[in-house]
Amino acid sequence: MKKIRIKINGREINCLLGKTIMEVARENGIFIPGLCYHPDFPVKGNCRICVVEIRGKKKLSLSCKTKAEDGMEIWTDTARVKKSRNLNIELIFAEHIEKCPTCIWNVHCGLLDLAERYKIEIKRFPDRKGKRKTHKFANAVEIDGTQCIDCRNCLDACSLLQNINYLELQGKGIDQEVVPVKNKKIDCIYCGQCAVHCPVGAAQEQSQWEMVGKAIASKKKIVVAQFAPSIRVSIGEEFNLPYGEILTGQVVAGLKELGFNYVFDVSFGADMTTMVEAQELLERLNKKGVTPMITSCCPAWVKYVEFYHPELIPNLTTARSPQIHTGGAVKTYWADKMKINPKDITVVSVMPCTAKKFEATRPELKAKGLFPVDYVLTTREFAWLLKKNHIDFPKLKPAKADDILGEYSGAGVIYGGSGGVMESALRTAQFLACGKNKGKICQTQLDFKGVRGLAGVKETIISVAGKKLRVAVVNGIGNIEPVITNLNKYDYIEVMACPGGCIGGGGEPIPTTDEIRKKRMAALYELDKSKKIRKAHENKGVLEVLKWLKGQGKLEHQILHTEYKKRS
Amino acid sequence: MDILAKIKKAGLVGRGGASFPTADKWEAVKKAKGAKKYVVCNASEGEPGVAKDSYILENFGKEVVDGIKIAINFLKAERAYIYINHNYYKKFNKILAKIIGKAPIEFFIKPIGSGYIGGEESSMLNAIEGRRIEPRLKPPFPTTSGLMRCPTLINNVETFYNISLVAANKYKKERFYTISGDCLWTGVFSFPENWTIEKILKETKNYPKFPFFVQVGGEGSGEVLNSGQLRRPASGAGSITVYSILKHKPENLIKNWLDFFLAESCGKCTPCREGVYRLREIADLPNPDWRLFADLLNNLEETSFCGLGGAVPVPVKSYTNNVLAKMPENKVSFKGLDKKTMASCLLYEKDKNKN
Repeated sequence: MKKIRIKINGREINCLLGKTIMEVARENGIFIPGLCYHPDFPVKGNCRICVVEIRGKKKLSLSCKTKAEDGMEIWTDTARVKKSRNLNIELIFAEHIEKCPTCIWNVHCGLLDLAERYKIEIKRFPDRKGKRKTHKFANAVEIDGTQCIDCRNCLDACSLLQNINYLELQGKGIDQEVVPVKNKKIDCIYCGQCAVHCPVGAAQEQSQWEMVGKAIASKKKIVVAQFAPSIRVSIGEEFNLPYGEILTGQVVAGLKELGFNYVFDVSFGADMTTMVEAQELLERLNKKGVTPMITSCCPAWVKYVEFYHPELIPNLTTARSPQIHTGGAVKTYWADKMKINPKDITVVSVMPCTAKKFEATRPELKAKGLFPVDYVLTTREFAWLLKKNHIDFPKLKPAKADDILGEYSGAGVIYGGSGGVMESALRTAQFLACGKNKGKICQTQLDFKGVRGLAGVKETIISVAGKKLRVAVVNGIGNIEPVITNLNKYDYIEVMACPGGCIGGGGEPIPTTDEIRKKRMAALYELDKSKKIRKAHENKGVLEVLKWLKGQGKLEHQILHTEYKKRS
Repeated sequence: MDILAKIKKAGLVGRGGASFPTADKWEAVKKAKGAKKYVVCNASEGEPGVAKDSYILENFGKEVVDGIKIAINFLKAERAYIYINHNYYKKFNKILAKIIGKAPIEFFIKPIGSGYIGGEESSMLNAIEGRRIEPRLKPPFPTTSGLMRCPTLINNVETFYNISLVAANKYKKERFYTISGDCLWTGVFSFPENWTIEKILKETKNYPKFPFFVQVGGEGSGEVLNSGQLRRPASGAGSITVYSILKHKPENLIKNWLDFFLAESCGKCTPCREGVYRLREIADLPNPDWRLFADLLNNLEETSFCGLGGAVPVPVKSYTNNVLAKMPENKVSFKGLDKKTMASCLLYEKDKNKN
């Protein structure tokens, strides 16, 4: 690409032709605000706060859409820029009813940051959206009309990114409002991509941190936390640590500090899931069961199948998801070992996901009358609880998760990235398939690079027990179409509704962009590589739990498998 | 001489309001690469106080359709659309359909409620494609990426009419003027394009004997001129609205203009959606903050997404500049908007911003 030279605020900058002024500025550490701009979407130019002055241009220019040209001279903070930029920010403030005391954004709010940075009075104009409704989507996500600033990122997330098209813009001018569509053939899958792309917390998870706080404070119950693989590689961002920093020990310590009695690792549950799923895959292949088999640990994907493609229900693996596996193990195996009445246990999951909140309430998951998981917090809610309790997270002394549900393999941790579930299952399936052919040369493999990365659809052929397995990984529900229309091309498919998989989930820190997804993902694979055990079937704790369950009659099936139902 | 050379020689400019050189537009679409090309005739005429397209469709339908056909042939276009407002369609579709015959020209009725912005060219393309009616980010311009992302020629009804005249060597550098307001002989007239507003008013026997001002180019976004500023041609969409100074109170005028833009804003960008709402809110206050009022107007000029937002300050500022500021001090009595205030925030702000 051609190199050009521009000047920003008097500073000479070399950059590549084709980049926007905002991109060049940000790459060079020059701050330009932007609320409707998100690298996941085409430029919209709606919020008008990224204006800059360019020599020779009559009007102010938008830095998000204007490409840098050779010799351009740009100013980002002249009196003229300040005047329009600050006025537009003030106008935006007046659209957003401040709910700071109970807003988990409070300590991390883009609007408050701008107010602080530019010394802007946030109440110059009276609020105008006080009577707007809050739209709730199951117990997972909500869009609060009183806080919306009309940037439209949620619409782009729901349509351009996810191709669900559940949200639409109703009305025009000052009456315009983001609302769910009336078409009954379209439904929300709770992925939360609207929330993770909202710059002001108008689209948000339906929070459960208050309930969790009460549960901890009441001391009547044993409150157990379990955290997903993704949390350890993304939570640091909430405390200004670099992207992709691995903080497993701090997460455990932070949860203990918050008052959880025990802390387990959902990666343990992921290893359980892998064992169940790999077994099922081999059975389906050997006994000519329904194929392709499709993963089911992404609850947004499961909702998608149940609503949009119920004919695929038989293809979904019956394996429960990792949080449900761990939760089930806690309330059965662990309760038994610890001699605790399962009714006295509250299980709280910390997940990168909003749909997990919905998953946890599925009645079919109950065992012995109890839900395996009682509350689900997102990564953002967890960070908020830490901050609210003045816990200096980066300085915490790393701690270890509790035995034995704290032990995990490298396979369990890569569940957090797109392709990870598939890779884990394949590692174990190859091993299990070999088990039946003792004496023969057994081919197993550790790294399945063909299923990694951020491509929308990843396809490869893997040999398992001498058979060529045709596999596909769908990275983001928006990429499902070519795979769903060619199902018979495959034997095994992984689908994650969020781009990047769970590390790009709807409950993850904001911003989440491809650049950030890559770094979080790389951290998971780094962690995998560093683990002594990298295969689920080498996780002794998991083997012990599975063995214990085998002796529990019907309970075994209840804890390991689930079922799905048509929802359209 | 081919048609492009003729248009160039005639010096045709667009009659939709922006006065963009027609030949440049035609050439750009011609040169643009695209498997298909489209032609759109803008017959939406959403600007209040402008009625010449209606008049032309009624009286010169054949010429307009001829102009469109010439464009189709010149560009080897796939199809042309007449993007027409609902009332005009009801009135003229039968005559026009007859004239069109089997030519690849279709009507597209401007969606009801799409308002003023529905006539902005990229919003119009969105409307035809069934998308939300609001402007697109430019570039790319419709000339290279218009309807269905194909190169698209968009011209106003009067421009296509002129094309047919140019092709037949009958173009006489005239244009249509809509005259309305506080005068007797309102209607649509054709005069040379270089005639001054004063001459047009006098020629039509509409030049008032009472104190007055005019708004030129539409009752929404047109510029306000006082009676001493009329020795210039009527630019833009070519309309002249006469206002009696005694009849129209400043408060009502300003509120009416703002009401219009508040109702017509599509809601896409902050300065227009929020800014116009706040301007209107301020105008209702007992003691308006005129400095903030002026800042909001300037901000629309500086940062709004499209021409509609950019036009909001035009009537309000030109009215205060050209009419209010010229009145004797005791006649200006609009909520503290005296000459001193005007001078400090409304009048000279614009000049300050010029770099």
